[in-house]
Amino acid sequence: MTTATFGRPSRSLWHFLEHQFRRYRTTWRATIVSGLVSPMLFLGSIGFGLGSQIDDTSSLGTLDYASFVGPGVLAGAAMIQGASLGLWPTLGAIKWEGTYQAALTTPLTAAELATGHILWIGFRVFVGSALYVVVLTLFGISESWLAVFAPFIAAFTGIAFGGVISAFAATQDRDNAFGLITRVVIAPLFLFSGAFFPTSQLPLVAQWVAAVLPVSHAVELCRHLITGQFDAATDGLHFAVLMAWLGLGWFLVIRSFTKRLSS
Amino acid sequence: MSSGPASAIKATGLTKRFGDFVAVAGIDLEVEPGETFSLLGPNGAGKSSTMKMVSTVSPITEGELTILGLDPSAEGREIRQRMGVVPQEDNLDQELTVRENLVIYARYFGLSWAQAKERADELLSFAQLTDRADAAVEPLSGGMKRRLTIARSLVNTPELVLLDEPTTGLDPQARHLLWERLYQLKEQGVTLLLTTHYMDEAEQLSDRLVIMDQGTIVTQGSPTALIAEHVTNEVLELRFADGPPADLDQHGWRIETLPDRSLVYADRGEDALRRLAELDVHPTGSLIRRSTLEDVFLALTGRTLVE
Repeated sequence: MTTATFGRPSRSLWHFLEHQFRRYRTTWRATIVSGLVSPMLFLGSIGFGLGSQIDDTSSLGTLDYASFVGPGVLAGAAMIQGASLGLWPTLGAIKWEGTYQAALTTPLTAAELATGHILWIGFRVFVGSALYVVVLTLFGISESWLAVFAPFIAAFTGIAFGGVISAFAATQDRDNAFGLITRVVIAPLFLFSGAFFPTSQLPLVAQWVAAVLPVSHAVELCRHLITGQFDAATDGLHFAVLMAWLGLGWFLVIRSFTKRLSS
Repeated sequence: MSSGPASAIKATGLTKRFGDFVAVAGIDLEVEPGETFSLLGPNGAGKSSTMKMVSTVSPITEGELTILGLDPSAEGREIRQRMGVVPQEDNLDQELTVRENLVIYARYFGLSWAQAKERADELLSFAQLTDRADAAVEPLSGGMKRRLTIARSLVNTPELVLLDEPTTGLDPQARHLLWERLYQLKEQGVTLLLTTHYMDEAEQLSDRLVIMDQGTIVTQGSPTALIAEHVTNEVLELRFADGPPADLDQHGWRIETLPDRSLVYADRGEDALRRLAELDVHPTGSLIRRSTLEDVFLALTGRTLVE
């Protein structure tokens, strides 16, 4: 009995992910398509459509406007997907279906459950992001082999937002506030975080807000990795901010899930 | 006693508070291995809070608790590995089929895929769900969902199974099928801890039980011992068109007056009814029945179990 317990934490976490994979088997096609369609719509309408009206993009540092918007939208879409996976699926599993309570009657702990929950969000974001990077490559927007790292940055962005948002969702009993969060918090962050124009164009206060939050850093990182503008010093800082948020999200989701599910 | 097996569950001064609210107020209980033990009481008695602490999900506020000889605060994972839990609300995974609910759950306990599938098939047969194995969970009847939840709690071949109101909301036929399955588990030597607010369920299934009210244990013992200790063998239920006569309690029996009827506690109901006729007391309806745990609860708390 005692020897069997050694090394079980990682196994429980794996079993949780295995469970999510099995659930995903019936819905993966639809979710991948919907995850891929939204950034592609922005790439098409804003990147190519609006971009066709913009002659001079020298101040943006990219060849054309689509090359500016395309990679930025990768990070922005990752944030949106991470946040929405943190809202309804969290409340669903905790409140409506109780599947997380069920999982906690196995050797799995609440901290492992929370960790698995955000890792799964990261995986979901990664899949859509990797396909989108392939699309960017097909359009000739990816100009560096470093682009292969961009889906990881997108996944980390999804985990950072997914963690913080899931921690909040786990304190709720209804989804009343969720639509508001999507419209009032997530949508503005998407529009004003440097995906469509540089954050240097924002009022100073907004620039500070953008600098503190992770999404503008993720936008820059993805853009630099994909368009070959990677710079170790600047992008190291962007990465550090993103990882700090990821750590915060992880910490908060563990605390919140533990409080909600084992009290 | 020291050489015998450790208690399946042992609680001393077990307390659970949520802020100022005391859900469980320092209870003592000991469940022996292989025993079927019930927590009986009305809603809000502290049964579910006790269950949550025993399931290792809810930390105890005060007192001591050991489960299978282990400490739930430090060894929760090891306890859960050897325990099955049937929650009050079915929380099956609607995205998975009936069989997948068992297989995927079994994986959490470290069974290989092959073992998990074999175990799932055994349990589908136990729960009489073999022909629904590949069906979705959602369209199953309440009784089927409950049986699947119970089957799921058995994937790890547990030594101890916790069942929180296992038959609430089920029709009589579904309840009897479930009871029969629980008997089978008992026969196999599995320790069962169940909560219920159905006295007939507690009487049917329990070796021993505690009656809880407002976070405390009112009394404990075997169903027959509790009835013998607190009430008479039989109860005479009387209905009166204009309410019971004022002097009904002046004839030497203990009387409980409920809104719709009066209960006369007498070892022989037939004799009591005859004596009442001699006293010129003529109820509009009468019924003689065996005393139940409901009567014990009523005698101890002055209230009925199911409000």
